Amino acid sequence: MLKATDLKITFNPCTPIETRALQGLSLEIPTGQFVTVIGTNGAGKSTFLNAVSGDLAVDSGSILIDDSEVTRLPVWQRAAKVARVFQDPMAGTCEDLTIEENMALAQCRGSKRGLSWAVKASQRDHYREHLAKLGLGLENRLTDRIGLLSGGQRQAVSLLMAALQPSRILLLDEHTAALDPRTADFVLKLTQRIVAEKQLTTMMVTHSMRQALDVGDRTVMLHQGQVVLDVSGEQRKGMHVKDLLNMFEQVRGEEISDDALLLS
Amino acid sequence: MSLFSLFGALEIGLIFSLVALGVFISFRLLRFPDLTVDGSFPLGGAVGAMCIVSGMDPFLATVCATLAGAAAGVLTALLNVHLKIMDLLASILMMIALYSINLRIMGKPNIPLIMEPTVFSVLQPEWLVDYIGRPLILIVVVVLAKFGLDAYFSTQQGLAIRATGSNPRMARSQGVNTGAMIILGMAISNGLVGLAGALYAQTQGGADISMGIGTIVIGLAAVIVGESILPSRKLFMLTLAVVLGAIVYRFFIALALNSDFIGLKAQDLNLVTALLVTVALVIPLLKQRYARRKRV
Repeated sequence: MLKATDLKITFNPCTPIETRALQGLSLEIPTGQFVTVIGTNGAGKSTFLNAVSGDLAVDSGSILIDDSEVTRLPVWQRAAKVARVFQDPMAGTCEDLTIEENMALAQCRGSKRGLSWAVKASQRDHYREHLAKLGLGLENRLTDRIGLLSGGQRQAVSLLMAALQPSRILLLDEHTAALDPRTADFVLKLTQRIVAEKQLTTMMVTHSMRQALDVGDRTVMLHQGQVVLDVSGEQRKGMHVKDLLNMFEQVRGEEISDDALLLS
Repeated sequence: MSLFSLFGALEIGLIFSLVALGVFISFRLLRFPDLTVDGSFPLGGAVGAMCIVSGMDPFLATVCATLAGAAAGVLTALLNVHLKIMDLLASILMMIALYSINLRIMGKPNIPLIMEPTVFSVLQPEWLVDYIGRPLILIVVVVLAKFGLDAYFSTQQGLAIRATGSNPRMARSQGVNTGAMIILGMAISNGLVGLAGALYAQTQGGADISMGIGTIVIGLAAVIVGESILPSRKLFMLTLAVVLGAIVYRFFIALALNSDFIGLKAQDLNLVTALLVTVALVIPLLKQRYARRKRV
């Protein structure tokens, strides 16, 4: 369970370029729920996600994961509870390390790293099994450098890595945005499968309204650093992008002018 | 070139392959441009020599020197990790601070070890001449260091250090305490350099305050020469390349300075180094161009 209360973050405070990215954002995600987060550019989607992961420190407010306070913990200390897939396929894996070494790094997420071999024979079979499920032929390339893989392949491996160890929340930061449509579709289907299989509590930031409504159990829309729409259950079923836009206009009394959001 | 100078080159090459391994860890694995080595090399020499002169067992003295080097690396890393001083600057600060510290430790600019016991004089069997015995002992040390590092960087902890250098953001998100890994990696790196300094002092008959000048250049030169003669991405091959690079580099230097027909003298050492590194850096580029021409 994730509980964010009254989060505030201001970039460049007291300067002409002051940006109030989060303005008292509160959101609670119960265990096992798959939430999609949508919003225009600058709505605070990525800022919020980075606040939860610990990459950004909040000015005020609190973040609880399973009733334990993590607001002031650095990224690496939250990692036992938080798994993450980045937007940039290059960011989520170590280019210089092999596929199996990358997976071994993820295998240790949340536990102490000692002096035993990073890649053990027994784990290798385990990794191979996971990779085989991708259907990309990566199970035969365990000792290849991950830098040799395409963006889509790397993103798929990142997803596997995020699910290798149990986490309390999985953060997906527009993780299909940098991929071509076919690969993006593949990675999204994989995401749904893994989340369903392991019943992960998930927060997925996306730029596409269609995707936000199609995937997951609940959709949250951010605007100017706050939650403006929150739809789930019956209301969300059969909902179209147009309905979401109408709702937004009703709530805010203004129209959305972000083309990318409307077209995708 | 005489047999004597050949073994001399091998001896110094082997000692500097320890330095090169240290430089490889900081520059390549951690991507931390670390000039501390110019200070931690003579620090190792100073601590080792002082301990031996004060009557300590030479092996224990060498261990102390290694630990002193590691401590210097830890301090540089602390300046960078906790006080947020830029990596290169932190190491420069440490390097100049160590100059004074080394003078303090020795109390004077040099400590002779000619009449003192060393790890070499203790280990060497009597029937073997010392200019062959010393390189043999050093080969054992270097092989142990190379395989030890290969093994360590294949452990969970070692992998975390490599990930820290390669992609710190990803490492953190996988729960790696990147600050601690930088400190640990820098300790290992400078520990090796301290060890090399202590061994150098024991083979060269004493520690000297100026023995550290240019250590970083020699270390980097060895890494670059090694990478160009044995290009690979595998850790096992990389450490091997670095060791070979240091030895090959010393051979070229010895060759250049010992062949009368070229007319180079000892004072041309740094010029030869610069030329050699330039050539090593340009070779991959030339190879690329040649390969492209062949394809066309």
